Amino acid sequence: MTVLDARDGIAPDLVAVATTRSSEARKRLTSPWASLAALVIAVLWTIPTFGLFLSSLRPERQVQRTGWWTFFANPHVTFENYGEVLFGGSQPLAGYFVNSILITLPSVVIPIVLATLAAYGFAWTTFPFRDTLFVAIFALQIVPLQVALLPLLEIFVGAGLNGTFWTVWMAHSTFALPLAIFLLHNSMRDIPAELVEAARVDGAGHVRIFTTIMLPLLKPAIAAYAVFQFLWVWNDLLVALVFAGGTSDVAPLTVRVAELAGTRNSDWHLLSAGAFVSILVPLVVFLSLQRYFVRGLLAGSVKG
Amino acid sequence: MPAVPSRRRSRTTGLVSGALGLCLVLAGCGGSNVAGGGGSQAGRGPECAAYTQYGDLSGKTISVYTSIVTPEDQPHIDSYKPFEQCTGAKVVYEGSKEFEAQLPVRVQAGSPPDLAYVPQPGLLSTLVRQTGAVKPAPAAVAANVDQYYPETFKSAGSVDGTLYAAPLGSNVKSFVWYSPKAFQAKGYTVPTTWDEMMALSDRIVAAGGKPWCAGINSGEATGWPLTDWLEDVMLRENGPQVYDQWVSHAIPFNSAPVSAALDRVGSVLKNPAYVNGGLGDASSIATTTFQDAGLPILDETCYLHRQANFYAANWPDGTDISENGDVYAFELPPINPAAPQTILVGAEFVAAFSDRPEVQAFQAYLSSPEWANEKAKAGTALGQSGWVSANTGLDPANLASPIDRLTARILQDQSNTFRFDGSDLMPAAVGSATFWRGMTDWITGKSTSDSLNFIEASWPGQ
Amino acid sequence: MTLLDKILQLLVAVAVFAAVLGVVLFVADRARGRRGALVQSLAFVAPAILLLLVGLIYPALRTAYQSVFDANSANFVGLANYARIFSQPDLLLVLRNTFLWVVLTPVLATAIGLVYAVLVDRTRFEALAKALIFLPMAISFVGASIIWKFVYEYRPNQQNIQQVGLVNQFLVWLGFEPVNLILQQPWNNLLLIVVMIWIEAGFAMTLLSAAIKAIPNDMIEAARLDGAGGFRLFFSITLPSIRPAVVVVVTAISIAVLKVFDIVRTMTGGQFGTSVVANEFYSQSFRLSDLGIGSSLAMILFLLVVPIVIYNVRQMRKVDAR
Repeated sequence: MTVLDARDGIAPDLVAVATTRSSEARKRLTSPWASLAALVIAVLWTIPTFGLFLSSLRPERQVQRTGWWTFFANPHVTFENYGEVLFGGSQPLAGYFVNSILITLPSVVIPIVLATLAAYGFAWTTFPFRDTLFVAIFALQIVPLQVALLPLLEIFVGAGLNGTFWTVWMAHSTFALPLAIFLLHNSMRDIPAELVEAARVDGAGHVRIFTTIMLPLLKPAIAAYAVFQFLWVWNDLLVALVFAGGTSDVAPLTVRVAELAGTRNSDWHLLSAGAFVSILVPLVVFLSLQRYFVRGLLAGSVKG
Repeated sequence: MPAVPSRRRSRTTGLVSGALGLCLVLAGCGGSNVAGGGGSQAGRGPECAAYTQYGDLSGKTISVYTSIVTPEDQPHIDSYKPFEQCTGAKVVYEGSKEFEAQLPVRVQAGSPPDLAYVPQPGLLSTLVRQTGAVKPAPAAVAANVDQYYPETFKSAGSVDGTLYAAPLGSNVKSFVWYSPKAFQAKGYTVPTTWDEMMALSDRIVAAGGKPWCAGINSGEATGWPLTDWLEDVMLRENGPQVYDQWVSHAIPFNSAPVSAALDRVGSVLKNPAYVNGGLGDASSIATTTFQDAGLPILDETCYLHRQANFYAANWPDGTDISENGDVYAFELPPINPAAPQTILVGAEFVAAFSDRPEVQAFQAYLSSPEWANEKAKAGTALGQSGWVSANTGLDPANLASPIDRLTARILQDQSNTFRFDGSDLMPAAVGSATFWRGMTDWITGKSTSDSLNFIEASWPGQ
Repeated sequence: MTLLDKILQLLVAVAVFAAVLGVVLFVADRARGRRGALVQSLAFVAPAILLLLVGLIYPALRTAYQSVFDANSANFVGLANYARIFSQPDLLLVLRNTFLWVVLTPVLATAIGLVYAVLVDRTRFEALAKALIFLPMAISFVGASIIWKFVYEYRPNQQNIQQVGLVNQFLVWLGFEPVNLILQQPWNNLLLIVVMIWIEAGFAMTLLSAAIKAIPNDMIEAARLDGAGGFRLFFSITLPSIRPAVVVVVTAISIAVLKVFDIVRTMTGGQFGTSVVANEFYSQSFRLSDLGIGSSLAMILFLLVVPIVIYNVRQMRKVDAR
């Protein structure tokens, strides 16, 4: 979205300030104990996944009969599991990949744009019943999306949209809104009021304040939320199945990976490989968006 | 429990299927000799004779929604090819493991598939009564069911006296898996009565082994293999009449006959000397997946495993499943040797949500012997076993696997008394919920009376 | 559909969305005066509210309505569904479990995520270290359930049989008997909660790390000049500065926990005394087609979140009053 790139006004100076400061403040909290604690958490968190990774490289019989740690005593690597995952099905995996990407992109962009707008509306404009409405939206987070599947599908069937990507995009966008508005509203409120006031004095309207002040300052929050929305949509099975259906024309990667598990989820060796194939894209997204998190310095330096 | 479970084995499915389709069409159509109508149509060969009754369906599309996913879906898709080639219709197949939750949503939202393979009669009657969207079976299907299926299957596909769905695949649940090779080596013989089976168990214990292995873990359906156990023993302990009363709740779930049957199951599965070979103590039955539960037979850490014919699909590649092979199965023997043998069966059913002519034609095809044979041949060609139809027009010779042939023979044996899986017939609140949970609690230590009281209390409408 | 069709569909969607939004904002920007202010506000919130009305509010109201009807939504039954739920002996257990989940998961996941975010902040390996904790979030629930099977799985202590689960392997190495962990009530609930913490810590870490980065450097420098060490810095500067973010994270995780059922469904199927309200809701509504009971359970979930809503509203009032 082009709106996200708007960066005129005050932002450029802030970027400069921020970069010098971040390099300045590199040394703190580096006691050996702290490093050790971090290391322990990191290892604990990684071991289970590492076990899965090793399992994805082991032959089926060994996966069923012995623990993954015996790999070190008896290293036996096979790429058969990956071969089956990548080339095994009746449809090429690439098709599912394309579907996943087609489903995910609009399902991330649309709710983020709408939620950012709404968050601004609730945080910085006034209108009747504003706070009541906001609490209501906040409370909507708890509505389990399963409750909404049937009513939404009825509407889509009535509108003749059934079985297209449109329904999936709209469904994902709707389900994402309450949490997105809640998270982004919070970040919006953190922006110093003086900044907004100053812009208003200069004669800027809400649209201008939103595009020139809020969007640049909110990049880290938006990036963080985008990562999570991406993950939820990428890993979603239920919404895609209900609205798009499970045919290879529209089905995402998760449908294929779920099939890999066998009718009763017992083909661990294939599941391990499948899980790693589908994890790659989210990981790349996370790593590439990570640089935006550092810009969080912007908001702070203004406040201070 | 219904669904046809399996583990994926064949890696080549996708590659072979294309080439296979053609030869199946030729072989299938050519071998068919059931004349349906007058003469072959223009442009179609004589192998289509049996399909002329369905008319010209060119340009028509039929959607099928099922819970059957790869690799078991391939023989289904292959088996439609003769129909597609001869009538010109196109069948769109969609399989999903979320089928049971998805189907009601789609039906209620107004976008049902044309046909759905419903794995339990309980779900069928829920769909009929709650949505009213299921179409009664057309005359051609009713005629096929009357001609080719035992009465048990017909009544399981009917709701309130109206036939809605013909059976598709069927299975025999009253099987005990064992290893013929191990039996030969140790000098054991296949028991023909319950007492002989217990004597054999004691003999295995005396030789230092554990006779039985079992596992009931199946995700949210955990517990279903134990409901099959109880149903099988109910039939043998109390006879089919009491069984029917129990299933229809004419006698309470916690009445004396049920309690006696469950105690008999307990004499095997809760006996620490008998279970759980290679898997742990009796409570490990609750955490062992049903797919893995029989595998210790191959290692001879256990010798007996009661599970349906579809367990054939769970043995690893290269396992010899035959009378003298690595594994095979015998009928769970009767308790009273004088009583006729009763067989516990299950099936999935073809429910229609549309009465368009092409849908009814395809429905009729699926209930015909031609289809049952096509499906058998398609499965054989892919080297799959564990699938059988109860259609008496099925020629067992089309089934490659000895266990499938045995299953088909049992289903076609008129001297057998059949009873449908009771948990599939009970209200869903019991048959797909508290019955499973009650059995799971029972195997992890709850008493027989407490477990049965819990299930009885959950029976709706009291 | 060909690939081209699909991409075309995507481009059309993006174009339509951008066009609608552009027109709305353009009109809003032109609006002036007091009515103009209202138009501007509406331009910001109306698109989201519209979507929510159709996609969530209408279904929520329908659920409330269905909760006082029978399984087919045919006959009015008053509060009978609720009465039936609360008279079932299992439900107290389910409520207790849900309570355990909603208390332990948010607190522990947030604490671990926060500590970790502080520890790795501005270290050389920050990107890698964060990616490691983030990894579990990127794995689907089906994947997560296998991962933890390789941790909890039990095999008996017999010859020729090896442990497949890591925990039991450690027990065996230390000379203990292996334990069928997933059967040990009520501790098995904790085993499942650990999985959720493992997943959600990455969520907490990511958001809290972003908040920490927003703390002005001068504040930290000033505190350091005053001689504040790691702990004092954390409690006197870091924690107060990111308090609102912590509240947000705890809230978001609590709500996610109330709704989560995949972990329970895939790991125990709700057996062995581990079921939670969301899991019961799912099986009643979808597997057992009992809309009455299913909807009532959804309403109970809704009631459970009321205290969280009230707390957050109070927090917002406090912030507004600054």
